[in-house]
Amino acid sequence: MSQAETKIDKPEGWNRPAAIVPDGEGEMLEISMGPHHPSTHGVFRMDVTLDGERVVRLKPVLGYMHRNHEKIAEGISYLASMPYTDRLDYMCSLTNNWAYALAVEKLIGQEVPERAEYLRVILGELTRFQNHASSIGFLIQEMGASGTPLMYAFREREKILDLFEELTGARMMVNYMRFGGCRVDASPAWLDKARKVVADLPRFVDEFERLLCSNEILMARTQGVGVLRPELAINAGVTGPMLRASGVNYDVRKVDGYGIYNRFDFRVPLGDHWDVYDRFMVRLLEMRESLKILEVALKEIPGGPVMDPKARIRGLRPKPGEAYGRIESPKGELGFYLISDSGPNPYRYRVRPPSLINLTILEDMCLGHDVADVVLIFGSVDIILGEVDR
Amino acid sequence: MLGEGILKGLAETARNFFGSYFCAERMTTVEYPEQRIAPFEAARTFPFLVYDGADWQAGLRCVSCQICEKECPPKCIFIEKSKDKKPDALGKPQFYPVRFEIDISVCMSCQICVEVCPFEAIKMNTKFELSTEDRFGGLLLNREQLAKSNQYYHQIHATEAAEVDARLAAEKAKFDAKAKGADVAKAASDAAATGEGA
Amino acid sequence: MKTIEEIKSAIEAALPDAAVEIVPNPSPSGQHSLRIQPGHAVAVAKFLRDDAEFKLDYLSNVTGVDWPDYLEAVYHLYSVEKKHGPVILRMRTVNRTDQVELPSFTPIWRSAEFQEREIFDLFGIVFTGHPDLRRLLMWDGFKDHPMRRDYVEPDDFDYEPTAHDEVLRRAQEHKSREQGTGIRDQGPTTA
Repeated sequence: MSQAETKIDKPEGWNRPAAIVPDGEGEMLEISMGPHHPSTHGVFRMDVTLDGERVVRLKPVLGYMHRNHEKIAEGISYLASMPYTDRLDYMCSLTNNWAYALAVEKLIGQEVPERAEYLRVILGELTRFQNHASSIGFLIQEMGASGTPLMYAFREREKILDLFEELTGARMMVNYMRFGGCRVDASPAWLDKARKVVADLPRFVDEFERLLCSNEILMARTQGVGVLRPELAINAGVTGPMLRASGVNYDVRKVDGYGIYNRFDFRVPLGDHWDVYDRFMVRLLEMRESLKILEVALKEIPGGPVMDPKARIRGLRPKPGEAYGRIESPKGELGFYLISDSGPNPYRYRVRPPSLINLTILEDMCLGHDVADVVLIFGSVDIILGEVDR
Repeated sequence: MLGEGILKGLAETARNFFGSYFCAERMTTVEYPEQRIAPFEAARTFPFLVYDGADWQAGLRCVSCQICEKECPPKCIFIEKSKDKKPDALGKPQFYPVRFEIDISVCMSCQICVEVCPFEAIKMNTKFELSTEDRFGGLLLNREQLAKSNQYYHQIHATEAAEVDARLAAEKAKFDAKAKGADVAKAASDAAATGEGA
Repeated sequence: MKTIEEIKSAIEAALPDAAVEIVPNPSPSGQHSLRIQPGHAVAVAKFLRDDAEFKLDYLSNVTGVDWPDYLEAVYHLYSVEKKHGPVILRMRTVNRTDQVELPSFTPIWRSAEFQEREIFDLFGIVFTGHPDLRRLLMWDGFKDHPMRRDYVEPDDFDYEPTAHDEVLRRAQEHKSREQGTGIRDQGPTTA
């Protein structure tokens, strides 16, 4: 292990982070944070080199949850890949389904009926809400709050998961979207229940804000920690709330306008100071924007079929070609790239994982901070290992 | 004042804590297994085979078409088709499965087999307390363990079972009407043939 | 956003000796791609990132594909500043066995760092100019490249107790081999 790491300037050299020169007294300590670690959001390892308490080097080690999902998909049909996409980002299985369905619909040129689009938006925004609530809960938990904000977030998440179970049959692994719409229709009773749940949620967000936002411990630990400059964020391919907390106005829902998102009027919160506190606040504000979209969508949902009658469910054999379809998942830009060779299975099936690509600049953000801040910075990236490793 | 934010947060926590004695919404713990929440109607755990009537072998709806075996993503269904045929609910002779096994340690409850079955023969069960002592053979359910009656299906998924029954009854009515029409036509042509012959 | 022909002519106008060809996409998605040569790839990439018309500053996705005669890397580029895209680039290696180098785009777009490592790990394309090219998802001592179409799994097969048919046969063969030789992990099977 080398002692003297020279300082490297970095105007053009995006490929090397600026390393820290240690004080020179004593040795450096190499520790391995993970893979058995309560705060690493899964089985994830970081080899951290410390000078006292300061981080000098940080190398992420991945692959503990690699299940070779992309190769499995090359051996099974397009429909049979849908339940496997649930298990990528297992907290937000509905948005994974949506991204895959969008990619296949682009590949075959399939239209989606309007009621199905509204249902997709409703379920997508419910997923975003419960993901951001849990993510904030876990971040505060890692700060040492012993579970109180996490359990409040999970209390609301239970209501949303109950809605999912009533509609799709499963709480987490829903397998609900199909190429050309949704699998089952939502009954009027379900829509009423959803309206009631959504009417109660703003009160919870207020409670969450009162509990957390002016908490001095939270502010002292997160403000000024893990600063990510906007130009580095764009160049490193960071997307999602992390990019918007660095002040960059890029939300795939507004840029691409996939589905029917251009009918809804919602704002995109941006951060000013680019630190962990901004990422936490951006997620909180996005929860409020999701509720706005939900109220409008639940009011305006039209009648009609939820599945295009000409759509094929099984035995799909697309013509040769390729397509890249992307959505704004709660973690970032989730994209599926499919190459078809007119067989029943895809020739190449690629998942563009937002969590893995957001981890590219983890080392940059953590250098110079204390080792206790590494956990916070890592928690603010909001990754999930099912997506990082696939 | 330093600490004001923390005190406000503690006030929230206190409101939740004392409120849980009065407001049912804040007391969210359900003490399983003494208290149980009724499962939702659409809930699903593992598949089962439906049979009509009292005898599970005679009334099994599955005709061993093996579509569910082909479409199952983790390939947890194993079917062996019979060599002979037996009559089904409509009276037509159909194949039946000699072996129909589902490995529920592999099954991921995706419900694609239910979606693609053309004969309404396989549906999703809702039981989840399925632990066994035999870690290997105990999780491989064979034909007999999978077969459950149509009354059981009505118990667990009432509206879905009613819809399925209505669909099957409509099919049977159409089949009967066509058969009766064919019988009438056959009788007429026979009479015409004998009338001519005589 | 320009059409694919206009993008091709813009690149050729700025870099006259860069050989760019259009790879059409017959599917309804209409996402055609441009194939560039490895020799000029870095110049083309810098042009696309810095030129005022394009400003493609965000590399979204790097994919490796295994074709029968060569390996390929596909890049999806978007612009955060101008909010347009995608521009899809492709680069092909010479063959699949010994000439598998391609230039790395990590010095230009940092987001390629982990994605190129993953392609090196799973397909075997060596990216020259990458600052830290080692395996990402598999462990460091792993041999072979799992995502290739001709990958054969090693015979370190765990006995699957409720196995049937093909899976049971393989498990039984493995067990008899293991009991015969006493070695648990064997090389690739011939079965």
